[in-house]
Amino acid sequence: MIRTQLPLIITFFTGMLLIVTFFIPHKPFGDLEQRFLIWYSIISGFTVLLGLDSLVKYHLTKLKKEFNIHSFILLFSLFLTLILGFYSWFKFKTPFALNSPFMYLYTYVIIPLQATMFALLAFFIASAAYRAFRARTFEATLLLIAATIVMLGRVPIGSYIWKGIASFISTIFPKIPYEELAKKEIFALISDWIMNIPQNAAKRGIFIGTALGGIAMSIRIILGIERTYITK
Amino acid sequence: MILNIIGTWLAATLTLAIFSFLYKDNPFYKLAEHIYVGVSAGFWVIYVWAFDIKPMLIDRFLTTTGIEKWILLIPAILGVLMLTRWFPKTAWISRIPLSFTIGIGAGLGVTASIQGFLIPQIGATLLPLTTINNILLVIGVISTIIYFYFSKEFKGTWKFFSRLGIIFIMIAFGASFGYTVMARISLLIGRIYFLLHNFLNIIP
Repeated sequence: MIRTQLPLIITFFTGMLLIVTFFIPHKPFGDLEQRFLIWYSIISGFTVLLGLDSLVKYHLTKLKKEFNIHSFILLFSLFLTLILGFYSWFKFKTPFALNSPFMYLYTYVIIPLQATMFALLAFFIASAAYRAFRARTFEATLLLIAATIVMLGRVPIGSYIWKGIASFISTIFPKIPYEELAKKEIFALISDWIMNIPQNAAKRGIFIGTALGGIAMSIRIILGIERTYITK
Repeated sequence: MILNIIGTWLAATLTLAIFSFLYKDNPFYKLAEHIYVGVSAGFWVIYVWAFDIKPMLIDRFLTTTGIEKWILLIPAILGVLMLTRWFPKTAWISRIPLSFTIGIGAGLGVTASIQGFLIPQIGATLLPLTTINNILLVIGVISTIIYFYFSKEFKGTWKFFSRLGIIFIMIAFGASFGYTVMARISLLIGRIYFLLHNFLNIIP
C-alpha cells in the first residue's frame, strides 16, 4: 500500500502545489517554483551517481568474466577523469580553471572526440539523404527541394551557382543587367523565406501539438492515471 | 609548450581513430569510443557536482542561516533516498524522491507549457492577414495541427487541410534536414582543419 500509494500522493501534492502557486504570486508561494527547480537539480545530481554505479558495475562484471581491453580502457578513462577533476577542484578551487589538468583533458580529449563523433555523422547523414531524397513521391520531392535550397542558401557554392544562372539569364535577355541580378543571392533569399514561413509554420504547429500533449500527459500523471514510473 | 604538443598529438590520434570507422568497425575506433564514454561520464559527474550540488546545496547550506539553511535538508535527504536503489530491500524508497521530481515535472508541464510555450506560440500566430506571408503562416500552423488531429475522419475540407499540413511538414523537415547537414559538415570542416593546420601544419 505505502509502496504504491505514497509516491502517487507525493506526485499529486507536488504537481498540484506547483499549479496552484502559479496563480498566487505572493510569498511563500511566489518563489516555490524556483525553489522546487533548485531541489530538482540537487536530486538529479544524486541520480548521476546511480548512472555512474550502473556503468562501473556493468564493465566490472565484464572484466571479472574475462579480461576485456575495452572495458578496462573505459573504466581507466572514467576514473582518470574523476581523479583529475577532483584534483583540479582541490588545487584550483574549481575543476574548470583554464590551466587545470581537468580542462587539459577537456580540451584535448573530450572536445576532439565529441566534435569528431558528430562530424562522422556528416557521412552517415549523406547516405541517409540518398535514401530519403529519392524523389519517388510528391512529399519526398518537397523534402528534397527544401533541403537543397536551404543547403545552397548557406554555402558559397550557392552564390556561385546563382551567378552562373544570372549570367545565363542576362545572355538570353540582354535587357536584364547581370550585376543587378547577381546581387540578388536568390538561394539565400529563398532559404530564409523557407526557414521563416513554411518551416516556422509547421514547427509552430508541431510545438503547439506537443505542448497540448505534454499538458494532457502532465494532468494524467498528477491525477495518478499514468503511473508507469512506479515500477517494481 | 610540450604539453600543448602532446595534447595536439593526443587529439589528432583520437580524431583519426574515430574517422577510421569510415573504413569499417575496427579496434582503434572501439578504443576511442570507449575512451569517449569513460571521459564523458567522468566529466558529467564533475560538471553536475560542480554546478548543481556544490553551489545549490553545499555552498547555500554553509552560507545561509535559519529556516533557509535547514530547508535544504529536504532535497539532500531526497537525493540520498534516491541511492536506496542500490539495495534491493530498500529500493522502493527511491520512489519517494522519484515521485517528487515527477510531480515537479508534471506541475511545470502544465504551467510552464501554457505560459512559456502555448500562449506565446499562439500569440505569435495570431497575425493580421494583410500579407501573403502572414496568411501562409496562419494556414500552415492550422493545417499542421489538423494533420495531427486523429479524432475526426479525414474527409472533404478536413482532408484538404490535412494534405496541406503534410506539405508544410515536409518542407519543414527538408529545411531542418538541410540545416542539420550544414551543421555536421561545418564540424567536419573543423576537424579536417584541425588535422591539417594544428597537427600537420600544412595549411595556414
